Amino acid sequence: MAKRRGIEVSIAIAEAAALAEVDVVSAYPITPQTHIVEHLAELVANGELNAEFITVESEHTAMSAALGASLAGARAFTSTSSQGLALMNEIVYIASSMRAPVVMALANRSLSAPISIWNDHSDVMNERDTGWISIFANNGQEAYDLTFMAFKIGEHPDVLLPVMINFDGFILTHVVEPIYMFDKEEVEGFLPPYHHPYALDPERPVTHGPVGLPDIYTEAKKQQEEAIRNSRKVIDAVWKEFDERFGRRYNAVETYKADDAEVVLVTQGSVTEAAQVVVDEMRKQGRKWGVVEIRLWRPFPFEDLKKALCNGSIKCAVVLDRAISFGGPLGIVMSEVRAALYNLSDRPMVVGVTAGLGGRDIRFDEYVRMFELGEECLKEEKEPDRVIIVGLRE
Amino acid sequence: MIEVKRPKEGFLSVFAYRMAPKEELFTRGHRACQGCAAALGLRLAMKAAGRNTIVVNATGCMEIVSSPYPYTSWAVPWIHVAFENAAAVASGIESAIKVLKRKGRLDPSKKINVLVFAGDGGTADIGLQALSGMMARGHNVTYVCYDNEAYMNTGVQGSSATPYGAHTTTTPAGKVKFGQGYWKKNLPEIAVAHGIPYVATACPSYPLDLIRKVKRSFELEGPAYIHMFAVCPTGWGIPPAYAIKAGRLAAETGVFPLYEVEHGRYRLTLDFEKGLKPVEEYLKFQRRFRHLTPEMIKLIQERVSAEYTRLKIMEETTNRPDYRSIAGI
Repeated sequence: MAKRRGIEVSIAIAEAAALAEVDVVSAYPITPQTHIVEHLAELVANGELNAEFITVESEHTAMSAALGASLAGARAFTSTSSQGLALMNEIVYIASSMRAPVVMALANRSLSAPISIWNDHSDVMNERDTGWISIFANNGQEAYDLTFMAFKIGEHPDVLLPVMINFDGFILTHVVEPIYMFDKEEVEGFLPPYHHPYALDPERPVTHGPVGLPDIYTEAKKQQEEAIRNSRKVIDAVWKEFDERFGRRYNAVETYKADDAEVVLVTQGSVTEAAQVVVDEMRKQGRKWGVVEIRLWRPFPFEDLKKALCNGSIKCAVVLDRAISFGGPLGIVMSEVRAALYNLSDRPMVVGVTAGLGGRDIRFDEYVRMFELGEECLKEEKEPDRVIIVGLRE
Repeated sequence: MIEVKRPKEGFLSVFAYRMAPKEELFTRGHRACQGCAAALGLRLAMKAAGRNTIVVNATGCMEIVSSPYPYTSWAVPWIHVAFENAAAVASGIESAIKVLKRKGRLDPSKKINVLVFAGDGGTADIGLQALSGMMARGHNVTYVCYDNEAYMNTGVQGSSATPYGAHTTTTPAGKVKFGQGYWKKNLPEIAVAHGIPYVATACPSYPLDLIRKVKRSFELEGPAYIHMFAVCPTGWGIPPAYAIKAGRLAAETGVFPLYEVEHGRYRLTLDFEKGLKPVEEYLKFQRRFRHLTPEMIKLIQERVSAEYTRLKIMEETTNRPDYRSIAGI
């Protein structure tokens, strides 16, 4: 039986990759993910993990090497954050387009300038359209479980896509949490050995990454789109199997006290649990609030979200964005939520807020303010076009 | 005077079509220009590498001409990812092979060569960092840079491997500027500085020399860098039929000396006892050099002579018994 022990979340994530017996780790040091790769390097150095650890000279190379290893038939893992991910961007897009099921642990962090090593979701939102399966974890246990499951999802023959697991930099990576850690026997048989049907093999030569002339490019992209859309079946099946075997349930959209709520906060990542605390406190004062979390970011869970938000009770969904799309409506998640509900006649009002940029704490009263903003908009019957920044100093 | 044994295959090159392995692994039907020496070089390198090879190709001429989906010229596993990261992708593949062999998922006794082809832009400019990382880490990869001395695939733009004075579309010969304004980056020496087991220059005009060098690179454990001269009739402004001759002249004038450095020990694999031909013979029939003034040609001649002398000194020095004993070669 899994033992629950206090462990730094970064170390736990590294242990999840080690549990999956990764073959190749290629990673570049970048705060706050550094502990993850340091721990993997240590496991390799001590002979506890039989893997190749490539100390690459850049993030661009980290992803390039992982892609190469993955298509050569090795289970590949990397971890990054922020600027590193931005530098990787070119190959992030290519990795999904070449169907290399790399797993990447992403310690979410803001982008420069001004340079900031602290947490928000600017980095992952910048990669929104790169074709990766993208999943958010709220706490260390989830980061551990989801990292382990990511291999099973991405490597499934019906999927063959890379997976990124998002967890908030520092807020999660650098805290010690009690986490149920599996031992090898316990997960026996859960994760099948990695096999890429079109691996680089001199016995069966294949050409990977050819030129796509205009007569084929559109079709190639359509195939890729279908692949990530179809991955949903596998994601659900893996989460179900995990629940049945280990008793922890993961859903594409998670709800908290949303059944009878009038206003919900739509969240991603570690703010979810903070918002739940706020809801619990404020319900004592009779406020009918709840939380809806978009755990599965890509493929986007349209149906689940509609079901969660159009439950007959919710009148306003306040979407908390932790990044800004400059010159647009500001809120990336807000825009997507609004677009997902656009056709529904009984949809709740969608109000966007952004907060917690570059590591700024979101205080209790600021969460309350977000819910209240939703209530005010309801009262005025006005759905603001743009996101309201909460906690902004005048 | 140190006696250096040189390979004798030079004059046998005319029989290359009979002496080279028959099997074609970079096959016909690709879309390279007429007279493309890079394509010929790849074909020869593949004969040397053999069937148990995984090829990593950087974006560039050779990638474009050989893989327009659904066609492919490659009879071996081949991968192209991006422009600047061929060495990085190769690092990942080589690491994968290593760990899969260790874990018994690949037959440990089977040798799989990892061979990179990248142009001079993808090597000297945008891919230099990835190449340096790969060499420093010691991956067992042979990296062949096919150097056609500019970004030919995108329409002849200057790279840092473009020779001094050459006209390209981004270093045009105008009224106040006269082509490429600085000297060609010395990539083989950058590779040597990494202390890797094998560095060589090669040219498809000397096919047996090229084949031998690629073979040698795979015999030695660790990274190898082969800088392959690749005459580009389209970009240089010469008739396609002159491609082989231009490559020979580059060697004969000392513009592109053929040498190898094995564990730090230099050897000119082709030397000219009667001395080098003047560089003008190489420059004069190429459109990219036709604007050169006598002063510029003189500068180039001085530079070429000095570099050739330096190589001779390096050869002499690194073959001395005292140097060899302290270097352990």
